[in-house]
Amino acid sequence: MAFVPGQPVTAVVQRIEIKKLRCNDNLILGFSIGGGIDQDPMQNPFSGDKTDKGVYVTRITPGGPADVAGLKMGDKIMQVNGWDMTMMTHDQARKRLTKKKEDVVRLLVTRKSLQDTVNHSKCPYYKNHDNPNEVLK
Amino acid sequence: MDTESTYSGYSYYSGRSRGSHRHGERSRDRHKPRSKDSRSEKSVTINTPPAEPLLGDSAVRGEQIQDDNWGETTTAVTGTSEHSLSQEDIVRITKDLEDSVGLDCRRYFTLTLAVILGLLVFLTPLAFLVLPHLLWPEKLQSCGTACEGLFISVAFKLLILLLAVWALFFRPPRAGLPRIFVFRALLAVLVLLFVISYWLFYGVRILDSQDENYQGIVQYAVSLVDALLFIHYLAIVLLELRQLQPSFSLCVTRSTDGETRHYNLGQLSIQRAALAILEHYYCDFSVHNPALLSASKSRAAKHLAGLKVYNVDGEFPAAPAEGPGNNAAAGLAHSQSRAMIAAAARRRDSSHNELYYEEAEHDRRVRKRRARLVVAVEEAFTHIKRMQEEEQKKAPGDVMDPREAAQAIFPSMARALQKYLRTTKQQHCHSMESIQQHLAFCITNNMTPKAFLESYLTPGPTLQYSRDRWLARQWTLISEASVTSGLKDGTVFLLKCVDFSLVVTSKKIPYIQMSEEYIDPKSHKFVLRLQSETSV
Repeated sequence: MAFVPGQPVTAVVQRIEIKKLRCNDNLILGFSIGGGIDQDPMQNPFSGDKTDKGVYVTRITPGGPADVAGLKMGDKIMQVNGWDMTMMTHDQARKRLTKKKEDVVRLLVTRKSLQDTVNHSKCPYYKNHDNPNEVLK
Repeated sequence: MDTESTYSGYSYYSGRSRGSHRHGERSRDRHKPRSKDSRSEKSVTINTPPAEPLLGDSAVRGEQIQDDNWGETTTAVTGTSEHSLSQEDIVRITKDLEDSVGLDCRRYFTLTLAVILGLLVFLTPLAFLVLPHLLWPEKLQSCGTACEGLFISVAFKLLILLLAVWALFFRPPRAGLPRIFVFRALLAVLVLLFVISYWLFYGVRILDSQDENYQGIVQYAVSLVDALLFIHYLAIVLLELRQLQPSFSLCVTRSTDGETRHYNLGQLSIQRAALAILEHYYCDFSVHNPALLSASKSRAAKHLAGLKVYNVDGEFPAAPAEGPGNNAAAGLAHSQSRAMIAAAARRRDSSHNELYYEEAEHDRRVRKRRARLVVAVEEAFTHIKRMQEEEQKKAPGDVMDPREAAQAIFPSMARALQKYLRTTKQQHCHSMESIQQHLAFCITNNMTPKAFLESYLTPGPTLQYSRDRWLARQWTLISEASVTSGLKDGTVFLLKCVDFSLVVTSKKIPYIQMSEEYIDPKSHKFVLRLQSETSV
């Protein structure tokens, strides 16, 4: 899921729409993010590739708006409301998610199981996940 | 009413000798009850002028120059007449005489030896040059230009040698050490041997054979002077340079109150190290105040007084057969002391309580007196003002010089100062005369009250006080190793003075093994290790 410099990033994404909940004076989404280009990618427990500096979901408040919308822990956020999240600092990502004027955030998230599902649906007879072109005879 | 009546043994008398001081104290103790009552009456002022310390002048002269409140305790007539010498004075006079005569003899002896050696050394080259002209002038070749050039060189080198020897050796001696200074003696012997060998050679090869080559003789004299300059260089290295680099750290502790300092010295003999330590002692250590030790002594006495050992049975403990009497007695004493120690350990002692409260009370009292003193001095200083030049011409009436000004404002602070000094047990260090002199000095130099008080609030180094507290002639060096041997790691020696001793231990500064590590300036690279998790 990390990027190869010079090549476009391809990923299977899921579109998730979260309605912000008004709590006292703030609008909360109900999850925590970690990662960013200014953070240390080696400490990320969710990424497959430890050089991936993307923004990941580290915690979901149970019953919160994100949980209701279907966000899972370990998801990598690719876009927020159209803005790219793969090359963002941690603080910029936070700001994009917590804009006071927006009530709804539309995220594009990716996770490993999505890619697996796509692979599986493409070719149901293959045994090896890594090589979808090999057909089990 | 003052509560500090623990001891009133010392009072303010300027110039009173120590002998009659003690004498007076003894009789004053008899009169103590009376003096306590009369304290509130604020009676007699005692101002003896600064008499010579040798005569025990205990006259009661009531010169009322200052305020009545100055000498608060009454003096009783001590029983000695006006011009008596007490026993201690006589002993002290003879001791001083002995010391000075003994020391001077040795000093003069070494001085004469040194002067003789110096003259010998200085005149030898000149003798070498002059003797051929005197003894065989006809046979001598005339001196050419090169030879005369050598004369100038001899002259200047001799001048330099003279100045160098004067600078290095003829300085006023700082101290009298118990043993000879080994390096100097060795150097003197070396110079003597050197000069003698040159004379021998000269005598045999030149005088006997009456050599005509005068230039050779002049060159010989020049070589002697060169060699003497090199010996002087050796002397500088051995005497001055060798001990500059510190290689020992000495820990000096005063035995009475435990004040400790550390000094770094180079490679010195024990006696020279002791001298260096003593010079530092006079500059760094606070003055020795025996009055501060009386409290711990009384506590120690109380510890021992509580228990007594009675031998009820009269039986001796079982002792082995050899050495009948002594062994049994020693065994008995041993068991007695052990019993005392055990009983003392078991006893529920509340003396720590007393100590705590006593010290707290003392601190409080000192602080209170200090506050009163500071206020009194500040107020006293406001009464005088420095007069400018122009004003001096206008009003010549009431003008005072510093000494008179000091005497004018002194009475208003005298009582507070005296009480403070008595509470901190410093009153015997400062005589009234010295206080007034100090006050005049401070007034002359525009010092503030705080600056004036500084020398009374903290005990300063010994040099600050009067000469008779220095005891500079009464030091004894006590050492197990020979005092001319060098310092080693773990050397211990004692410097004993009359009341106390300084315990000195030395430790060698370790040999340091250093290795190097090269860091490329381009190798300093950093990454961020932040791991923040933000909830949105």
